[in-house]
Amino acid sequence: MADLEELYREIILDHYRSPRNRGELPSPPAHRTEGFNPLCGDEVVVTIEIENGALRDIKIGGQGCSISQSSASLMSAAVKGQPLDEVRKKIATFKTLMSVHEAQLEETDAEPEAVDLRALGELAALQGVVKFPVRIKCATLAWNTLAQGLDELEV
Amino acid sequence: MSLDVTRIRKDFPLLAREVHGRRIVYLDSAASSLPPHDVVTAMGEYYETTHANVHRGVYATAEEATRLYERSRGVVGRFLGAPSPATEVVFSKNTTESINLLAHAWGRTNLAQGDVVVLSIMEHHANIVPWQMLAAERGIELRFLGLDADYRLDLTDLDEKLDGAKLLSITAMSNVLGTITPLAELATRAHAAGALIHVDGAQAVPHLPLDVAALDLDFLSFSGHKTLGPTGIGVLWGRAALLEAMPPFLGGGGMILDVSTERFLPAAVPDRFEAGTPPIAEAIGLARAIEYLEALGKDQVRAHEQALTATAMAMLEERFGSSLAIYGPPAGADRGGVLSLALEGIHAHDTAQILDSVGVCVRPGHHCAKPLMRHLGVSATARASFGIYNDVDDVEVLVEGLAEAAKLFG
Repeated sequence: MADLEELYREIILDHYRSPRNRGELPSPPAHRTEGFNPLCGDEVVVTIEIENGALRDIKIGGQGCSISQSSASLMSAAVKGQPLDEVRKKIATFKTLMSVHEAQLEETDAEPEAVDLRALGELAALQGVVKFPVRIKCATLAWNTLAQGLDELEV
Repeated sequence: MSLDVTRIRKDFPLLAREVHGRRIVYLDSAASSLPPHDVVTAMGEYYETTHANVHRGVYATAEEATRLYERSRGVVGRFLGAPSPATEVVFSKNTTESINLLAHAWGRTNLAQGDVVVLSIMEHHANIVPWQMLAAERGIELRFLGLDADYRLDLTDLDEKLDGAKLLSITAMSNVLGTITPLAELATRAHAAGALIHVDGAQAVPHLPLDVAALDLDFLSFSGHKTLGPTGIGVLWGRAALLEAMPPFLGGGGMILDVSTERFLPAAVPDRFEAGTPPIAEAIGLARAIEYLEALGKDQVRAHEQALTATAMAMLEERFGSSLAIYGPPAGADRGGVLSLALEGIHAHDTAQILDSVGVCVRPGHHCAKPLMRHLGVSATARASFGIYNDVDDVEVLVEGLAEAAKLFG
């Protein structure tokens, strides 16, 4: 039950119940990317607008579990208005947080990369997910979709 | 009449396990059933005392392995009511491979551009995708039967859909809704339209009395691991004359009569469809599982699960009312022990995670039936499914877990 409480922290439930930046930006001009988790059927739609080297606006659509939806909401709040290099950095840090634990679960000898949890701010609330390996894909869905969108725009 | 579940549970060592400090409550038999101790023992004994390849050696253990493997074919055939098991029961890897075998060997021989195969909207991907692959390759047309307001198969346009069809391939019981389809009527009407009928029995064969001859079926598929047996073995039953007219599926050892550098001659049925070393231990395990089910009695198994399903639905309705959706027909003779649940405002993944914390094993997701989920307008459900080892105590823990979920997300 302790693990479960760590998974479903209040901040996660709050973002699930009241998702930030919910919806879709008109596309075009916004760029639209869809992400799927074929395992469970979760879908996320990320629409972004880039201006002067920054992520001017972002909206999140789709549906899924509390982990995928709150992670998407937390992500949108963390990256909105940020310079693109900062956005890329946040994506990398978050994915490291998830993958470090993935590697530990696989019992590899690889030295885990240190993650500065303070740099993650509210996102650190999602670290409870790593004790539930199946749910890591829920948490990373929106992040992978955002990264794909940035790749498609070649920014 | 009813099953002695307390005694039955003793035959399933896994049920003695605890998870998260709780008794394990296994409600995922629709995904995979648990094997009784006897099945594991039969397979272990085979490996320790008999193991040899089949249909090859002349030494004593090789002959014994062949005899046990072929005996298993007979056990499966009799369980299904097959008139001549020795030439009608083909061992495969699972239901999915059985249907791929059918689509490949029968489909490529009998279906051409414009030919029609009728499916239903509640099929598992295993009974959709092989036909879609054939449609992409051959240009065949797929038609889908719908559902009525109570999630039963909609028969109102059946004759229209069957008009000109060569095959009706349909589930005997939905793995999402628990809907049991009227196979005898479907077979009669398919045949009247000049079509054959293949039944996906993955969910029905382990839980319902089913007789392929009495129902007048042409083909039937099912899996060992949902029938108290091991993984890695499935069955395709077909009428002998139909199987004999089909070319091989996979090529290799064991499926030939003769091979030269120029050509091969395929073996007779069923060897023709069993290329390579078959799942010998798994066939022996499956036979033992079927004997276990037969000892309990098919009718008793169905009566127990039907009663448990009705009780569970009443308990859930009473506790959660309209805040819990249960997809599928009302309890009764045409509903199996599969409950697809959706708590208001809570995603199935979260429901299943919280159920896990009280030891309850259910399956969240789309259940490999995405066309049905789209039709229902839901992305995922948490599915609880029953087997012979479940009783009302298990349902009580399910209710407790669902209440936890409602509290956490409420």
